[in-house]
Amino acid sequence: MSGNEEQVLKVAMPKGRIYKQASNLFREAGIPIPIEYEDTRKLMIELPDAKMEFIMAKPVDVPTYVEYGVTDIGIVGKDVLMEENKDVYELLDLGIAKCRMSVIALPDWKPSIHPRVATKYPNVASAYFREQGQQVEVIKLNGSIELAPMIGLADRIVDMVETGQTLRENGLVEQTEIFSITSRLIANRVSYRMKNERIQSLCDRLQEALAARV
Amino acid sequence: MSKPKVFEKPVGFRDYLPDAVKQLRAIEHKVLHCMEGWGYEQIVTPTMEFYDTVGVASATSDAKLFKLLNNRGTTMVLRSDMTTPIARVVSSLLKHESFPLRLSYHANVFRSIEEEAGRESEFFQTGVELVGDASAEADAEVVALAIASLKAAGVSQFKIAIGHVGFLNGLLEEALHGRLEDQAALKEMLISRNYVGYRELLNKLELEAELRQELMDLLRLRGGEEICQYALGVSSNETARQAIEHLCQIWDVLKAYGVCEHVLIDLTMVSDFSYYTGMTFEGYAADLGFPVVSGGRYDNLLTGFGRKAPATGFALKTTRILELVGNKQQEAGERLLIAYNEAGRIEALQAATEQRQQGKQVITSKVDEEQLWSELQAAAEAGGSFVYNGKSYSAVKCYGNKGASV
Repeated sequence: MSGNEEQVLKVAMPKGRIYKQASNLFREAGIPIPIEYEDTRKLMIELPDAKMEFIMAKPVDVPTYVEYGVTDIGIVGKDVLMEENKDVYELLDLGIAKCRMSVIALPDWKPSIHPRVATKYPNVASAYFREQGQQVEVIKLNGSIELAPMIGLADRIVDMVETGQTLRENGLVEQTEIFSITSRLIANRVSYRMKNERIQSLCDRLQEALAARV
Repeated sequence: MSKPKVFEKPVGFRDYLPDAVKQLRAIEHKVLHCMEGWGYEQIVTPTMEFYDTVGVASATSDAKLFKLLNNRGTTMVLRSDMTTPIARVVSSLLKHESFPLRLSYHANVFRSIEEEAGRESEFFQTGVELVGDASAEADAEVVALAIASLKAAGVSQFKIAIGHVGFLNGLLEEALHGRLEDQAALKEMLISRNYVGYRELLNKLELEAELRQELMDLLRLRGGEEICQYALGVSSNETARQAIEHLCQIWDVLKAYGVCEHVLIDLTMVSDFSYYTGMTFEGYAADLGFPVVSGGRYDNLLTGFGRKAPATGFALKTTRILELVGNKQQEAGERLLIAYNEAGRIEALQAATEQRQQGKQVITSKVDEEQLWSELQAAAEAGGSFVYNGKSYSAVKCYGNKGASV
């Protein structure tokens, strides 16, 4: 369809930490995103200059919006993609919000008879320990995962590590890195075909901006 | 698990209420009518099949098949698609029918879902299989019929993406000669739509720079006719070249059908349906996040059932199309109320029969209460529509004593 260039692209943006870095990258790619929305509480932002509409979503929900096609594309961390396992296109590594998924324990950790692992990412953790041939009980927590080994709920945790500051302050050590994490550009299966020119040209511009950063 | 509440049903299964059924039937009727116009004849196969035959041959992963035991302890499956059962029928009951065979179906199929709500375990598919014709002509016919079927169903804005598994296979074989594990890993990345992972893996593999670039560029190979021309120059591998030539021929036929505006060529498309051997395609409608049709060529499936034959076909995801076009307001049909009392029964029921024969929807009701009877008589005299027991009627007629028929 020839009208593709005129269509509005709906983008699921992660609220908070990643938003700032992502919108900076968009601006570097020459997409006019006003700076004023950095701390907004609005959930939907129309950007007529960029022919886009931002949906401000909780990061873990971004793949869901994209999979169901209520937004065409989205920006989300690899950690969420690995955990949620949604059927979306993973188009581009944006190189922002760099961190890693790791196994963490107290310094004096020893293998126990009935090992327990606390995490916000039960699917990632189960898959990892299964692949290692270790049988562990995975306990899902929603926050302050570092508490678990400190008070004896679990002997290890699987969590995201950025600088390691929280770990050090709480006397924990990183045992193994499972995989490294950056934010990704993802697309809905149908949008990727119906709005292909738009999405492809956005990809190209972002890729150029990324190349210019190095 | 606790005992289900009386109104509960298994996750992934749905009831369809009259309004939805009306619309579903309308879509089904229009699409099957369209397929009939192209010479495809309808077929019905059993809901249950043997696991060892149809279950194993189907492309649905084992974990997604509904399996059950029959009274002899044999493992059965609920059909997960119609292509495999039709391959069985073509190789057995229709063994002596000469090719090409054109068959169509509308049926419910079953796939157990993983977790999310909203995904259906039982859904309707309407589709065709064209068996015994290996030509590009046949592939194009099936694509053109898919387009005609979508239009018939009332889907206005859509695109069909066509690819060919041979191109990717050939390209990978050329670049990674004999390194089957690496080939499979790259393919797996494309199947899971992980382009980031595909690029990372390519960068890790030992490859000539030129070949690596070719495989990177693959991710951009989508568009119109020009893609075919371009791809012809990319690979010297025989499999890849044949695949592209076949696609070019299909494009030419589609041009003759005059439907190219709906079609784009996409060489990155890899179907997770393992039985496809050649051209594959998928259809997308605006405003719906999931594909509405998928199909392709499967030249090896029938061999497994003992009758070697090329075949091609597609299935419309009718339930999804209902979601897309179903919300349009349906015009209320004409509905007649015939009310009667003891004295008018014979006359009333005769009149109802006559009206029904003329194609009208008629509901009869015996009315004993006097006030209601006079209300109905008044309505009948006044003419026009009337609401009775919560349902609206386009006309009312009364038969019986006290004023009798109007």
